[in-house]
Amino acid sequence: MSTHVEHAEPGIFRKYFWSTDHKMIAMQYLFTGMAMALIGGYFAYVFRMQLGFPNQYVPGYGIVTPGRYNALVTMHGSIMIFWVAMPVLIAAFGNFLIPLMVGCDDMAFPRINRLSYQIFLLSVLVLLSSFLVKGGPFGGAWTAYPPLSAVGSYNLTPAGATLWLVAVALEFVAFLLGGINFTVTTMNSRAPGMKMYDIPLVIWMIVLASIIFMCSAGPLIAGAVMLLFDQTMSTGFFDPTRGGDPLLWQHLFWFFGHPEVYVVLLPAMGIVAEIIAVFARKKIFGYKTVLYTTWAVGFLSFVVWAHHQFVAGIDPRMANIFSITTLLISVPITEMVFLYIATLYGGSIHLDTPMLWALGFIAEFMVGGVTGIFLGSSGTDIYLHDTYFVIAHFHYTFVPIAIIAVYGGLTFWYPKMFGRMLNETLGKIHFWGTVIPFNVIFIPLFITGTAGDQRRVYSYALFAEQSRPALQHLRLTSTIALLVMLSFQLIFIFNFFWSLRNGKSAGANPWRSATLEWTVPSPPPHGNFAVMPTVYRGPYEYGLPGGADDYVPQNVPDQAFGDQNS
Amino acid sequence: MSASAKPIANARSGTGIPSARLITWWVIASEIVIFGGLLASYIMHRVAHPEWAESASHTLTWAGALNTFILLTSSLCAVLAHQAADSHDGPKAAKLLRLTALGGLIFLCVKGYEWTLDIREGFVLSSGGFWSFYYTLAGLHGLHVLAGMIIMLIVAADAAKNEELQRVECIGLYWHFVDIVWIFLFPLLYIAK
Repeated sequence: MSTHVEHAEPGIFRKYFWSTDHKMIAMQYLFTGMAMALIGGYFAYVFRMQLGFPNQYVPGYGIVTPGRYNALVTMHGSIMIFWVAMPVLIAAFGNFLIPLMVGCDDMAFPRINRLSYQIFLLSVLVLLSSFLVKGGPFGGAWTAYPPLSAVGSYNLTPAGATLWLVAVALEFVAFLLGGINFTVTTMNSRAPGMKMYDIPLVIWMIVLASIIFMCSAGPLIAGAVMLLFDQTMSTGFFDPTRGGDPLLWQHLFWFFGHPEVYVVLLPAMGIVAEIIAVFARKKIFGYKTVLYTTWAVGFLSFVVWAHHQFVAGIDPRMANIFSITTLLISVPITEMVFLYIATLYGGSIHLDTPMLWALGFIAEFMVGGVTGIFLGSSGTDIYLHDTYFVIAHFHYTFVPIAIIAVYGGLTFWYPKMFGRMLNETLGKIHFWGTVIPFNVIFIPLFITGTAGDQRRVYSYALFAEQSRPALQHLRLTSTIALLVMLSFQLIFIFNFFWSLRNGKSAGANPWRSATLEWTVPSPPPHGNFAVMPTVYRGPYEYGLPGGADDYVPQNVPDQAFGDQNS
Repeated sequence: MSASAKPIANARSGTGIPSARLITWWVIASEIVIFGGLLASYIMHRVAHPEWAESASHTLTWAGALNTFILLTSSLCAVLAHQAADSHDGPKAAKLLRLTALGGLIFLCVKGYEWTLDIREGFVLSSGGFWSFYYTLAGLHGLHVLAGMIIMLIVAADAAKNEELQRVECIGLYWHFVDIVWIFLFPLLYIAK
């Protein structure tokens, strides 16, 4: 450790842009992801305004043309999944938490970690540069189905399409490097005494998500190369007139795309597990069962992909099989939710802001899960496919994951990251101001979708069979609720930056939490631990009777607490 | 960051497998999925398009066979380099690694000559389904050969000074992987006519 103390203070560039410290890299990912969230949110604002007030001037943007509308929805989807959910949930939390929670000083390979962020930043710059090229950013939907994505004269954004593809491929490389590092660090660099089942659930979940990503991204990387050649070198991989097959892309895309849902879900589930245990002052109910269900989810996530293609002309017998696997995957996920609720039962529940977010996640995600049953069944999916029902369904999964759970994690670990507490009152206002409008945005869309509103339609008035003026008030409700939700985010941004200077000093362990990251000062110094910790027990020893406090940190030896270890 | 400032995390080995070897295996696992996706796409299309056999009959089997021999021989050098590193003979390991990289260079030269002949006959990337897969698969593999050579020369430079000898094994593992990918490509692109 002495080598770390002797380090001279590095210059600004080396400290903020060339650092190999996992905490700094986590901050780089966090702030890049949050900046991208602002862009993605702004795009949602623009196209919802177009749908609520068709063909009128949008303040802060102008008139939305049909081509621009396509680009806006494509970029909103791509950015929110690839450049917000992934960097924040996996890379920011993974980088910050893994070395701290498994009890070591950094990642096993810090320079690979730095390279991971640099490639990610490059992918961001490539994507942003596509806003400036002729034709504008890619407008062929975030799923990039050929021939629309492959032929410039169809998608009308030839340069944007290629840049989008390159950006996605670079982003994948960044997360492969990062995920491999996470996996090796967790496998090899744990504190002495930390056995497999002593690892906090959030770390398990981030690592399993990284492995799922690693196993699913490959075919899409191959597919991206093929699509790139179709776009730029006139090959015909996905062109049926030249021996290719557009369905091949859909298989390659969704073989990645569906596991990707679980890649972002699992870290969110992990964050919620940590918060629930701390704020219910209770051991996670069925720690090992949570893990078994996670493995089951991980396995099943690889055999559900074709439920995205029920109307694409796949064999109906195959559709039956994928309906069954899709309904099956809800079993382990439901089990996991039951275990979390069982953890709450009989606990001593404290409704601090992080706990509100965690409970909100469980409630809202269940709506997403239950509506997925309709879409996973091939019969009902044929009717509901490509309607706003689908939009509402996956926003009920992705918003809890990428927004609600992320706010849970941020409010929970903010004191550790920055050494100060967030303001609780503002936090609670922000929570209710986000969760209530969120439901008001998407419940109307379930209704318009069931009534038949197709997604990716720029203006319903232009299509006689789509116009349904009677639904316009629901579309408008959704738009206004979005405006409300977005404006409440300003409270969080204010709270975040205001508390950096003015928040109450946090101390090492403000939530009385038992995992290792809370045994070091906030924010943790370079090298994390003054004395490298040894682990004596599992991560969730809460609600213990008789002791000076109701919990035992993982690094406190047994003899100090008599026979209380499990 | 100099080599002496490695984090404690890097030295630990909870699994008993050194971190360097473990990360190499994970890199290989992720590469298997990339090549797996591309190969599976190719095989499915090949089965669905019997007429591609005509295109395949134009590939130069002798060039593919020669390259198989060269790559296998270079892998032998990689094994011997690992052996030398295990007996702490860095300079010998470096010499053998450079020999391995030379094998990669010869492989790429043969590939370049072969592609020149193909292109002169009029078979380019966009000449049809088979040729698209042929150039994409072999091109992606060739990029891996090139990347392996560059890394190998960097590892050799350290090994010559008896530093970071554990890396000799890792780059060897990677090289064997690149070799095995070619073992799949050779029959699928050259022998299946």
